[in-house]
Amino acid sequence: METEKKPILEMRGITKRFPGVVANDGVDLELFPGEVLALLGENGAGKSSLMNVLAGLYRPDEGEIYIRGERVNIDSPRDAMALGIGMVHQNFMLVETMTVAENIILGLRDIKTVPDMGGIIKKIRQISEHYKLKVDPKAYIWQLSVGEQQRVEILKQIYRGAEILILDEPTAVLTPQESEELNHILQQMTSEGKSAIFITHKMEEVIDFSDWVRVLHQGKLVTVKKTAETNPQELARLMVGREVLFRIEKKPAQPKEPVLVLEQVQANNEKGMPVLKGVDLQVRRGEIVGVAGVAGNGQTELTEVITGLHPVSGGRVLVDGKEMTNRSPLSIIKAGVSHIPSDRIAMGVVGDMSVANNLVMKGYRKEPITHSGLMNLRKIAEFAQRMVELFRISTPSTATRVKFLSGGNIQKTILAREIDSCGGVLVAAYPSRGLDVGATEAVRNEMVAQRDRDNGVLLVSEDLEELLTVADRIVVMFEGQIMGEVQSEDANVELIGLMMAGVPKERAEKQYYGSDHATDV
Amino acid sequence: MTALITSILTITLSAGTSLVYATIGEIYTERSGILNLGVEGMMLMGALTAFATVFHTGSLLLSVILAMAVGGFLALIHAFLSITMRANQVVSGLSITLFGTGFASFLGQRLGPESNNFYLSGMTAQRYAAVQIEGLTDLPILGAFFKQDVLTYGIYILIPLAWFFMYKTKHGLNLRAVGENPQTADAMGVNVVKLRYLYTVIGGMLVGLGGAHLSLAYTPGWTENITGGRGWIVIALVIFSMWNPSRAILGAILFGGINAVQFRLQASGTDIPSAYLNMAPYVATIIVLVLVTVWESHNRRIGPPNALGTSYMREDK
Repeated sequence: METEKKPILEMRGITKRFPGVVANDGVDLELFPGEVLALLGENGAGKSSLMNVLAGLYRPDEGEIYIRGERVNIDSPRDAMALGIGMVHQNFMLVETMTVAENIILGLRDIKTVPDMGGIIKKIRQISEHYKLKVDPKAYIWQLSVGEQQRVEILKQIYRGAEILILDEPTAVLTPQESEELNHILQQMTSEGKSAIFITHKMEEVIDFSDWVRVLHQGKLVTVKKTAETNPQELARLMVGREVLFRIEKKPAQPKEPVLVLEQVQANNEKGMPVLKGVDLQVRRGEIVGVAGVAGNGQTELTEVITGLHPVSGGRVLVDGKEMTNRSPLSIIKAGVSHIPSDRIAMGVVGDMSVANNLVMKGYRKEPITHSGLMNLRKIAEFAQRMVELFRISTPSTATRVKFLSGGNIQKTILAREIDSCGGVLVAAYPSRGLDVGATEAVRNEMVAQRDRDNGVLLVSEDLEELLTVADRIVVMFEGQIMGEVQSEDANVELIGLMMAGVPKERAEKQYYGSDHATDV
Repeated sequence: MTALITSILTITLSAGTSLVYATIGEIYTERSGILNLGVEGMMLMGALTAFATVFHTGSLLLSVILAMAVGGFLALIHAFLSITMRANQVVSGLSITLFGTGFASFLGQRLGPESNNFYLSGMTAQRYAAVQIEGLTDLPILGAFFKQDVLTYGIYILIPLAWFFMYKTKHGLNLRAVGENPQTADAMGVNVVKLRYLYTVIGGMLVGLGGAHLSLAYTPGWTENITGGRGWIVIALVIFSMWNPSRAILGAILFGGINAVQFRLQASGTDIPSAYLNMAPYVATIIVLVLVTVWESHNRRIGPPNALGTSYMREDK
């Protein structure tokens, strides 16, 4: 509102290089007191590294930082803290085996050798009431939900006197209601003169949360806008660098014979508790079957019993009519099953190996990649180059180690490998989780392309929007059972929501369409 | 019967003292995320340094101090290799043990008197003798706690102190965080590298002290391989203690006790072949490790520090 407001924070010409990658290329940034700045960009655009520079975790190669008009050097997180900068990282910085209160005072110097926990807990409670950040200071972190853990992170930064709060993709882990609460908290903080920088790749959040928006693309600052003067379409275009499709082109499915069949499949978790309780499921060639459900209702185990990574304790898994129950992952791969795992870093790639080697990790046994038991490096390089071009994997070279790529490009690498080796069934678990618009679009289009090539696709996702646009039919899982199935064209979101909450389809329909719900409920 | 129990307990405590010092030392090191498998070597060097010092100077205090200094110095080498050079901690620790074992044996044949061909073995010197505490020594069974040498009395103070420091002070909080999640500790302003160096060296000093107890009190004098593999038992005791200093006493009593009982049995001329008796503490180690591991797999919240054995660099991906 005031025209002569001085920025509380200025970053000028920040450049940060990693081996083979320029994460930030001369980026400028200004933040005004009492305002929220959104930092928008695709994965790998350099948002997080820019903020890590500010939080003292990365040292910039070039550039200057000014706080309240004064030039500062931020060499460590301690320096950042002293300047009132607090960052809530995407992967929370919390020690799981410690309590909330212990995490909050961790590393503080101005407390007594034997901390006065009573007084500390009292102060935490005060802050937590003031900002409606409800959390029990005595609880252990591992007992808390992800949403609660985020509250602890924010509480921690306020307790430590943060005036500038950096939030790295805070809503990625939150339910819509929790996001709404977060928005309220931010508004209360800014009304008290604090400021926030908000990293995101979701356009709607920029509009809802921020006063200003800065768009980064490939490490460079593309534009600065007042949020009120822009719209999601424009932001998406600036962020990706081209026009983006919000819907994908899809012809009606033409399902053929079943290629993946599950009959009364049961499985237990490592503690011996049942996690799949008799699942019947069919995926036919030429269709995409979506699996909806709140995370932790057996979806991960479902994908893992199919791919041979989790033992089946009852029932059968058939691939192309062949018995594949409890077979080794290798024989299942050979039967034509591809897998895009939910944890792409841990299970999808070997971070320390090159893009090329990750790409041939499944095909390395075959000619001409391997000839007479020896790997043909030239063929591998050619193959990798072709894949990089085909799937538009943005990497300095095929020899770059995968861990230096952004999440989206890691996912594209996995996608390229799995699709190349796919021989009938593609099992994809949360394939677009954490990806930006461009990469999500690529992943979704590829699912549809696989379907059109007469492969059967099983798509597990938490994103109903994704299931409705990509899948042909959707089954809903709850506590290891399938509650019902809907066709995605005429799918009703609220009906799916009821099934996700554990109401079987028949009752959900009655409840929803209401004909005789008075007798039923 | 009471007399027998008292006497076994007396030996048990004495046999367990070196284990307590070394176990608490290694617990502190591992809590910071550094795995130091050099315990055996550091203990041997501590024992040798202590005895050589007391033999030549007659000062027990000086020999304890030097034993701790040598233990700390070897740990410093390990710290440099594994923290600064980011070497594999297992390899670095094993080389400390190999070096310590060999070097202690070498010095044991050089630092003795000319009359004994420069060998230290077979020599005698001052030692920490048992100190009776008036009025308490004669208690049935409990009296065993009060007829010990000074270093054993030391563990009565060290155990609660080490526990209090780790769980009740801010320094202990920072230490645990560094071993659990160095990224978080760093982001919270804890100096990960400094703390890891500090606690690795402190751990080494305590291990050296444990070695000193062997050659100054438990079996006064120098013999080749005086530790008899205690350094390795310590590694197992750390796991048995679940990285909690207050539990170090349980492991020490268990293994000290097995030692004491098998000594007793051997002395009483039992039919059991001595080879089996000598084996007992080590077999017990394996059994306890198996049991603890089984229990751990059922109780995921108790286990090694999460970052144990890994190096940390701020800008690592």
